[in-house]
Amino acid sequence: MSARPLTTRIVAISGAAVLIGSMAACSSGGSADTGSSGKVEITYQADNGPATAATAKPLIEAFEKANPDITVKFDTRPQGTDGDNLVKTQLSTGEMADVFNYNSGSLMQALNPDNTLTDLSDESWAGDVDPQFTKVVSTDNGMYGAPFGTSFGGAVMYNKKVYEELGLSVPTTWDEFISNSEKIKDAGDVAPIIQTYGDTWTSQLFVLGDFANITAQQDDWATQYTKNKESYAKQPALAGFEHLAEGKDKDLYNEDFASATQANGLKMLADGTGAQYPMLTNAISALEQDSPDAVADIGAFALPAEDADDTNLTIWEPNGLYIPKTTTGDKLEAAKKFIAFANSSEGCKVQNDTGTPGGPYVISTCSLPDDVPPMIDDLQKYLDDGKASPALEFLSPIKGPNLEKICVQVGSGITTAAKGAEQYDQDVVQQAQQLGIKGW
Amino acid sequence: MTGVTATLTTAVAPPQTRKAGPGPARKRMRSFYPAWFFIPAIALYVVFFAVPTFAGFYFSLTRWTLFDQTFIGFDNFVRFFQDPQLVSGFVHTFQYGFVTSAAKVVIGLALALLLTSPVLGRGYLRAVVFFPVLVSTIGIGITFKALLEPFRGIVNTVLGSVGLPTPGWLTDPALALWSVAAVDVWKGVGIATLIFIAGIVAIPQEYFEAARVDGASSWTIFRNITLPLSRPAMGTVIILSLIGGLRSFDLIWAMTGGGPGFTSDVIASVIYKQYQAGFYGLSTAGNVVLFVVVTAIMLPISWLINRKEAEL
Repeated sequence: MSARPLTTRIVAISGAAVLIGSMAACSSGGSADTGSSGKVEITYQADNGPATAATAKPLIEAFEKANPDITVKFDTRPQGTDGDNLVKTQLSTGEMADVFNYNSGSLMQALNPDNTLTDLSDESWAGDVDPQFTKVVSTDNGMYGAPFGTSFGGAVMYNKKVYEELGLSVPTTWDEFISNSEKIKDAGDVAPIIQTYGDTWTSQLFVLGDFANITAQQDDWATQYTKNKESYAKQPALAGFEHLAEGKDKDLYNEDFASATQANGLKMLADGTGAQYPMLTNAISALEQDSPDAVADIGAFALPAEDADDTNLTIWEPNGLYIPKTTTGDKLEAAKKFIAFANSSEGCKVQNDTGTPGGPYVISTCSLPDDVPPMIDDLQKYLDDGKASPALEFLSPIKGPNLEKICVQVGSGITTAAKGAEQYDQDVVQQAQQLGIKGW
Repeated sequence: MTGVTATLTTAVAPPQTRKAGPGPARKRMRSFYPAWFFIPAIALYVVFFAVPTFAGFYFSLTRWTLFDQTFIGFDNFVRFFQDPQLVSGFVHTFQYGFVTSAAKVVIGLALALLLTSPVLGRGYLRAVVFFPVLVSTIGIGITFKALLEPFRGIVNTVLGSVGLPTPGWLTDPALALWSVAAVDVWKGVGIATLIFIAGIVAIPQEYFEAARVDGASSWTIFRNITLPLSRPAMGTVIILSLIGGLRSFDLIWAMTGGGPGFTSDVIASVIYKQYQAGFYGLSTAGNVVLFVVVTAIMLPISWLINRKEAEL
């Protein structure tokens, strides 16, 4: 028995030793990558999509050429919620890459930017950024992100050849869209509407891409929604879920909708075995990678509302480039240079050369190349006519984690539209509480 | 994550704690080894198991964003039980756990009987049955996802070419969970077979010889010798496969992600999705619930099985 106090003490001491030891290991790991030759090495992290890497690697090469004393290591993370989780974990443990590419809007707000990210509002390029974008990477205390890539729409991408052959015109109301789709179905082998639940996130477009139509009908819907005074269970918001269910009820989806992936869907669209694909228009980059010749055949129109006057295009802001607070000293300077380079005319040239723009840029130093895909002109028309407004995630921090699964259920006919909308309203409650928003 | 590790280790612990009991064994150990011999083990246990377990219990009572936490009492548990996916998650967990466990017992015993009898290529067959156990679960999940793809996968291509129906194994809401369960059985039955083989081989040959001299049929031998005397093995198989089934996650996640929709979601995948969504406090609360539920099921079962063993 007399041994016990001693044991306890030794346990405590060795426990402390383990903790200190592991901390020491961390800090030595953190400082080891400043090269001995006076070179600074920074890390750039982006998602692992092939189109992302196709732009990132040439951008890094061009940057290293212009700044021979800096090397940039490219690092990837998974897409979707797995990636979100990784970003949060790396930020909270201080392991984040020196520059990282991540969503703007509600996902960026969930990173607790005031405590984790470096304020970039004093950077030279900050004045050139479109104020709409500045808003979605800022809090009351600072501006944390630089734009990367173009803005894009959530719209119906369609194959113009199929439309021409059947003599169809671009629909402006939901009824026209359905009647077009039924004509395509009657004509034979072409799938009228493409759905790809093998990549579950793609199921959300009918709901999220309908948001500009909601705003058109009720200007302050997003604000009221944040205050818990509007919900998806009633109109105008319910329409998105109803449209999703209607497509399934009328059997307008491709036969392999349950297992097809986004890549399969884009392929169908490109080779004309599918006619219409509700999608984020930056997918044109991925389409170009696989079927470069088909880009000219692809057009886009806004997801139609019941009424043509309400049919507006829903716009997504581009991703941002961010620097975590844990990057300091030489690395911070290098990281800032990298971000400035990405938004310089030289950086824009790399972006234009390596990817296909999915919409207009949001910084005045960047402009679209002359040979943009015709789809961009379709989108630009909505912007010029003032018939475009931002997606919900840029107007409200509330986005439930299960929307994609709920949409899969509605689009597969497992649950009804009303039930799906109700489930989604329940799903967002936890998110709102987690963010500490009043009224939930 | 710490919550998960802590839960799993503690959940597995109870069946193992049955052994020598108090008294001489313990006294002897104390006289053999001085106290400081145990320090490395205790330190590891405290740092990697005890501390995370208690931290897990604490964080289950907070709204935790990784960046900061607010103490909110039992709100997470209230929310967890209000989760619309929770009830179906529990139902699927039990269906999956009991069905895979039962299938592993039956198929494992049948295979063990075959592989302890003098069949041609016995060693080779034993190895083949055991091979799936050695392959990574995620690897198996991804492979089978490709094989079972409804339009391009090999399974349906073969079925279709001979005129059989080609169901959406992983995309039909009524089938998805059972398709995954079938793969789970295929992967896990090797362990069950191995344990049964060990159990059957340990039965003294004299019993079989005596029975045969008395003119007992094969069925009688199986019913009255093999089956009762391999009961300890059966107990082990049931406990291991049931625990495995109730906390199954990796295979389901790799094959269906809980889908289509929520139709193959189990408790562990519901918890994982909450963790993914950044609801760290809520998902930790879910792990505490899972720990309590698995313990509540396993304790009586292991007690029941061990008591029967003692009676033999």
